[in-house]
Amino acid sequence: MADTNISPDERNVKLLAKLQERGIDVGACYQCGRCSAGCPIGDHFDLSVMEVVRLAAYGQEERLVKSHAIWLCAACETCATRCPNDIEIAALMDVLRELALRKEIAPAEPRVPLFHHSFLGSIRRWGRVYEIGMIGSYKMKSGDLTGDMRLGLKMFMKKKLKLRPHAIADKTQIREIFSGKGKEYDR
Amino acid sequence: MKLSYYPGCSLHGTALDYDQSVQRVCRQVGVELVEIPDWNCCGASSAHMTDHEIGMRLPMRNLVIAQELGNDILVPCAACFQRLKAADIELRRRPEYWDVKSYSPEMKIIHIATFLAQEQILGRIGASTKRALGGLPVACYYGCLSLRNPKITGAEKWEMPENLEKVSAALGARPVRWSHRTECCSGSLTMARPDIAEKLVGDIVAAARRGGASAMVTDCPMCQANVESRQDPAGEEEAIPVFYITELIEAAFNGDYSRRQQGQHLVTASVLADLFAGDSLHKED
Repeated sequence: MADTNISPDERNVKLLAKLQERGIDVGACYQCGRCSAGCPIGDHFDLSVMEVVRLAAYGQEERLVKSHAIWLCAACETCATRCPNDIEIAALMDVLRELALRKEIAPAEPRVPLFHHSFLGSIRRWGRVYEIGMIGSYKMKSGDLTGDMRLGLKMFMKKKLKLRPHAIADKTQIREIFSGKGKEYDR
Repeated sequence: MKLSYYPGCSLHGTALDYDQSVQRVCRQVGVELVEIPDWNCCGASSAHMTDHEIGMRLPMRNLVIAQELGNDILVPCAACFQRLKAADIELRRRPEYWDVKSYSPEMKIIHIATFLAQEQILGRIGASTKRALGGLPVACYYGCLSLRNPKITGAEKWEMPENLEKVSAALGARPVRWSHRTECCSGSLTMARPDIAEKLVGDIVAAARRGGASAMVTDCPMCQANVESRQDPAGEEEAIPVFYITELIEAAFNGDYSRRQQGQHLVTASVLADLFAGDSLHKED
């Protein structure tokens, strides 16, 4: 990360309040670096995990939601598990991704949220994930039509991909869950 | 013993063979599974990673249904397990916030490896074992979500777990010591960034080889699919098969690992069959 000056005026107090509500105590970081050291994907990050935590403590939402790191994080929870100060770092990543999506920030790794979107689209429609439908939707959205073609074919031939979706009976409840009316969105 | 059963979407799709082997093993050890009626997807990583509300409410719906049945819930999938546990903790903390009148069931959520490694079940597995696995060197691979975060999963030994080793050893296999037992294989990124998945899987498989394993054993359906499908795309080295722990148990129960079962794997998975073939040759001598 380049040298940077951060003024208290630039702190996004709303972000800090949200993290506090979720019990994510970014202020407790004393920069030991265990989170970054254990991250399996850290080599591919633009900000190290510790930098994400520190920038969050400084309320630098804008820098964070534009980062590659929030999208490349695989939610393996190694960082949060090993943090000596019990900072919920994986939950912090969740909050940052959610903010980035809701504020329609162009994602630095566009294919990752497209995958999540396709996955959730399948659940919204059927109540369960329908793999062929989900993969097809992701391929169309991402334009990655040829990637993993051989793998997909192999799985298909081995009958690992179900041809027809299974719809759960009570889809009203699923629709309700996806209605966007939840309490978490008000804050 | 009667347990509620939450298979999850993987076990009704790409990991159908896992679902079937879990059910057969449970029947064999005298455990009745009752599938949670009309269960829905737990949302897996995609939901909680992008939408807290949906990530909580999807697994909560299953818990509210399971509460009526009352039995403990057996969960074979690590991702489902972690999401159900997270939702369970949150729902107990403040049910009214999530529009549930009351929620304080005695029901526990149990991950498959914890279930299998219980002394009583291990005893029954031992009793049903027809053909011990002849010291087959296996690398037990846990991945992430049945262990981390221990505040959610309740795992007691999250850096040095031993449940899969216990079960494998009870079957007569030889769990090897190796370094990457709890490393992430990046399953949640595998479609969007296969390059990263190939790197991580490559490291994990290389570590299993260094440990001297001729097969890997896991309880996670995402790890199983990801590690088999993303290793060595150039095909220069022989791939290591990844067995579900319940497949290993069934092989020892039956003294057989059929061609049909081998065909479910994305890489050559003949080590178990070879082992049994070696045994019978021995006998003929």
